[in-house]
Amino acid sequence: MSLGSILLIEDERINAMAFQKGLLRINAGNKLIIKETAENALNYLEGETKMPDIIMLDLNLPKMNGIDFLKIIKSNEKFKQIPVIVLTTSVNPKDKIDCFNLQVAGYFIKPIDYFELIKSIFNYWTNSEFATAAN
Amino acid sequence: MKNNKTILLVEDDKIDAMTVKRAMSDLKITNPLSHVNDGLEALDYLKNSSNEIPCIILLDLNMPRMNGIELLKVIKAHSDYKKIPVVVLTTSNAEKDKVESFILSVAGYMIKPVDYKQFVDVIKDINLYWTISELPDNK
Repeated sequence: MSLGSILLIEDERINAMAFQKGLLRINAGNKLIIKETAENALNYLEGETKMPDIIMLDLNLPKMNGIDFLKIIKSNEKFKQIPVIVLTTSVNPKDKIDCFNLQVAGYFIKPIDYFELIKSIFNYWTNSEFATAAN
Repeated sequence: MKNNKTILLVEDDKIDAMTVKRAMSDLKITNPLSHVNDGLEALDYLKNSSNEIPCIILLDLNMPRMNGIELLKVIKAHSDYKKIPVVVLTTSNAEKDKVESFILSVAGYMIKPVDYKQFVDVIKDINLYWTISELPDNK
């Protein structure tokens, strides 16, 4: 019962805004950090001592894509314990299987009704504990 | 859940296993539930090719013979099993268990509520999440 900060990696401003609005609508007081590229997200994580509780990751990003970002996160001792949840338009079966092999904690196709999706993700992770001591 | 495939429950406590079954039934979750009593039984289950590969694993941590963390280490090192999302369902609030579980990339760490109604709510949220999420296609 301890979902804290969320790192959202999303290059489409409209989607990032919808996510932010969704969190506000359920009165979730979580800290939301938005990065538009995987590179910026990595720079952010490298500079922080307190890790976000979860990462929400788009796959189609400019420059480094989401799969390459996942490979870096899951092979890094400092970052690997952060659950990464994919939020994408990609219905490509290869993306899906690559992501699950890279240990994602959920893979969501961006829906029309963003709010219901955000609520379900929020409710699920609000039930979860996190590895705070490793932060 | 999304594909109506089997959910594997790894749980040594008979009452907790009954509670999961009862909650699933009350929530009208139609996925078949396979229940094994510890990590070794879970591995036997996964190795048996007549069993369907589960869509998710609900994992208790404190179990005899092979505990949940030991099972996670084996599953996450196995090329066929590592893609199965594992959700920890435990009474353990120990920081060490949480850290080890997340380093082994669990897809959630839920503490079993003592109150049945709250227990049902947790199973409901797990079910909804893994109904909306895609799942790896295990052939």
